[in-house]
Amino acid sequence: MRLIVPLQGVVQGRGGLILGSLIPCALFYFLQFYLKRHRSPNPPSPSASSSNLAGLPRTSSRSTLSSRGSLGPVRISARGSSIAKPDDSPYYIGWNKFRDDPYDKINNPNGIIQLGLAENTLCLDLIEKWVSENLSDSIMGRDGDDLSISGITTYQPFDGMMELKVAMAGFMSQVLGQAVSFDPSQIVLTAGATPAVEILCFCLADHGNALLVPSPYYPGFDRDIRFRTGVELIPVHCRSTDNFAFSITALDQAFNQARKRGVKVRGILICNPANPVGNIIPRETLYELLDFAREKNIHVISDEIYGGSIFGNEEFVSMAEILEAEEVDKDRVHIIYGLSKDLSLPGFRTGVIYSYNESVLAAAKKLTRFCSISAPTQRLLISMLSDTKFIQEYLETNKRRIKKLYDSFVAGLKQLGIRCSESSAGLYCWADMSGLIPSYSEKGELELWDKLLNIAKINVTPGSACHCIEPGWFRCCFTSLTHEDIPLVIERIQKVAETCK
Amino acid sequence: MAIEIEQPSVSVGLSKVAVSETHGEDSPYFAGWKAYDENPYEESTNPSGVIQMGLAENQVSFDLLEEYLEQQPEASTWGKGAPGFRENALFQDYHGLKSFRQAMASFMEQIRGGRAKFDLNRIVVTAGATAANELLTFILADPGDALLVPTPYYPGFDRDLRWRTGIKIVPIHCDSSNNFQITPQALEAAYKEAESKDVRVRGVLITNPSNPLGATIQRSVLEELLDFATRKNIHLVSDEIYSGSAFSSSEFVSIAEILEARQYKDSERVHIVYSLSKDLGLPGFRVGTIYSYNDKVVTTARRMSSFTLISSQTQYLLASMLSNKKFTENYIKTNRERLQKRYQMIIEGLRSAGIECLKGNAGLFCWMNLSPLLEEQTREGELALWDSMLHEVKLNISPGSSCHCSEPGWFRVCFANMSEQTLEVALKRIHNFMQKRERRRN
Repeated sequence: MRLIVPLQGVVQGRGGLILGSLIPCALFYFLQFYLKRHRSPNPPSPSASSSNLAGLPRTSSRSTLSSRGSLGPVRISARGSSIAKPDDSPYYIGWNKFRDDPYDKINNPNGIIQLGLAENTLCLDLIEKWVSENLSDSIMGRDGDDLSISGITTYQPFDGMMELKVAMAGFMSQVLGQAVSFDPSQIVLTAGATPAVEILCFCLADHGNALLVPSPYYPGFDRDIRFRTGVELIPVHCRSTDNFAFSITALDQAFNQARKRGVKVRGILICNPANPVGNIIPRETLYELLDFAREKNIHVISDEIYGGSIFGNEEFVSMAEILEAEEVDKDRVHIIYGLSKDLSLPGFRTGVIYSYNESVLAAAKKLTRFCSISAPTQRLLISMLSDTKFIQEYLETNKRRIKKLYDSFVAGLKQLGIRCSESSAGLYCWADMSGLIPSYSEKGELELWDKLLNIAKINVTPGSACHCIEPGWFRCCFTSLTHEDIPLVIERIQKVAETCK
Repeated sequence: MAIEIEQPSVSVGLSKVAVSETHGEDSPYFAGWKAYDENPYEESTNPSGVIQMGLAENQVSFDLLEEYLEQQPEASTWGKGAPGFRENALFQDYHGLKSFRQAMASFMEQIRGGRAKFDLNRIVVTAGATAANELLTFILADPGDALLVPTPYYPGFDRDLRWRTGIKIVPIHCDSSNNFQITPQALEAAYKEAESKDVRVRGVLITNPSNPLGATIQRSVLEELLDFATRKNIHLVSDEIYSGSAFSSSEFVSIAEILEARQYKDSERVHIVYSLSKDLGLPGFRVGTIYSYNDKVVTTARRMSSFTLISSQTQYLLASMLSNKKFTENYIKTNRERLQKRYQMIIEGLRSAGIECLKGNAGLFCWMNLSPLLEEQTREGELALWDSMLHEVKLNISPGSSCHCSEPGWFRVCFANMSEQTLEVALKRIHNFMQKRERRRN
């Protein structure tokens, strides 16, 4: 309405010729300026057209909305629309293809072999054995002396049963070889590490703020963090010459560049041990990182989900260990953990937020109402994690088996002239296939990825999906393979490799 | 020796979400819970403690569950030698276990007496209805948009629908003149109120059967709601979490039945939320579902459900339980009977104390009218009465103002989360309280 009225005046001859041309031009330029400043941070989506009309008075857009005939079907939100779009990342496309044609030794020997999902099946036999020997006792709660289900059916604290927090604290300590003790009252339990990361982002950053993330990084972060929180991820590129270790200089540059753009950085998100590279952050770097965070007064989120999957000789130092030693400034550090990788139980949905900040813990606890762990599963885990003898055997066997498979797989790739980065942890290796790509670019990398998926029929994750700045790197998860599968995988890669030379 | 630690001059900041009060945990609804936690009634050890009548939890059919789990150990233990365990432990697919979705679909059909059909591929699994409602809100509305919700409503909605999503709730005012039913005038008024504030309405969210009224929504009102949503081209979310707690199956009409009768015309705007926390008394399991007639919503909700998946162990257990027709039929029937019996007991007990309630036919609570007792017919008057109920009578009941009821003096009283003996103790206390008041007047 406000736009139309002055023009009406001009049209009716009240403004004269000069005003008649000046006013519309001025209005046009001011409108552009206004729209630019008020543009919604979400990308405009086809269905929510009104978000593009943010600068115009509501009445004009509303009258368009309420006349049913011109509208078509009922719309979902802008953020819903962006999630509804078909997957365009190779990370997810590969998964979808695998789902349609999964390799099975007997029933589908020409199917796609999954090397794109960091899943560990190497020690499930140990867990199966434990479950068959212990389960009937463990699933029911104990009400006095009788087994009773009231311990699992009624409302429990949303952030997890205290007994599970205690058992989890003990487990996390065992994973670190008792190098540090964890306080159960600083633990918030969630249905997987995925909601744990999201909850922390909701607590530490506002819509439109950003986190710095050393790259290459886990492709899932793009979804998990950006879906609903509106928080931006700024990759801080690392290079193969440094074995993909990040530097404080690079963090500082990224921080300043963001500031110039008017974007407020609220924290740094690190994955330690790293995904997809599998390297471990040295103790000195962790100290430097804390200094940097202190200087900028920002948070540090340390995702330590692979803390128990270390097979190399490098020393793994958890943030918790650094903070136990230092007395100052714990308020800015938060650790993510979970049982999906180290204990091979992704189906059970068990994640941990470990924080030193009382306000973050208070807010996170309230948010767990949206993502609590199912009570029968909590009961099972209390039993399992408290069986420290079993856990010790499990952790040691797991490391041995991962190492064996890693050595075998990396040796196989070496025979094809494909070298892997130095890594000491994780369920994957980070392979340099730049020698096989048609052009040293993302396009070339994706062409190779396509060949590997559709001709070699192996699903690996291309570095571009992980925001790696150097083309040609691929993450290959190997812990759902058996030793017999490895020669088959290498053979398939070889076929494609030969066509690339 | 004291160790001086230098405190940072500027502490590291948190987000607006983290410091916001939208979680609402400072309201009387939750304050009463705190009082209960500090001094909980216990028949033998703490007979003068606070009786919890503010938590809608269903314990009346607990024994049936216990019996099932004891007799079917395979269901919970993956059988001898744990076959199937491996696949289960690894299963994190956000589509949800197919057998579980199938069992859930057939359970929902059973509750509706077979009057509606549910397609297992339209079911999205979430860790509870709380998560389902929030997830749907993220999908249907953008920050600053609004959902219309009839009052009085479940206090948790203020938090679940608004906190992280950034949306507003615009109330559809209902009052006792017509038993708090939703009228077309009230719908239009709410829509206009949003318009006048320049707020875009994205949908209507109803709870059927209603919380806190404890009554089912009539068929004609459901038809009007669907027509209204169609006229305005907005969504309709029907939270049917208490559908299995209607005292008689025939008195509950699901929106699904209305859609079927219309051959699913205009159904892509309708979404149903369900959970096993109330009907099956399994709130600890964290089991919720979204059932949507809109393909885009199903796809999007599925992807978003990765933030709130149900443990595969639980899905497996429930797939077995819910597909056991003998168990579910018996459970649904027995549960309805026992809830009705409880309802009768509390209504009669209250009536003999001179207190009337809204005529209800569903749920785990009744909607009690204490307005004749108020010193002043205001929110403050109601809260003063609530306070004496909590601290003198030692009963935690939920004041209507925390449910955004426009008329002061109404309270929600839960009756299914305790034994019959405890309920009798509570009724006795109310009786004594009312007698004392009579004596004071004379």
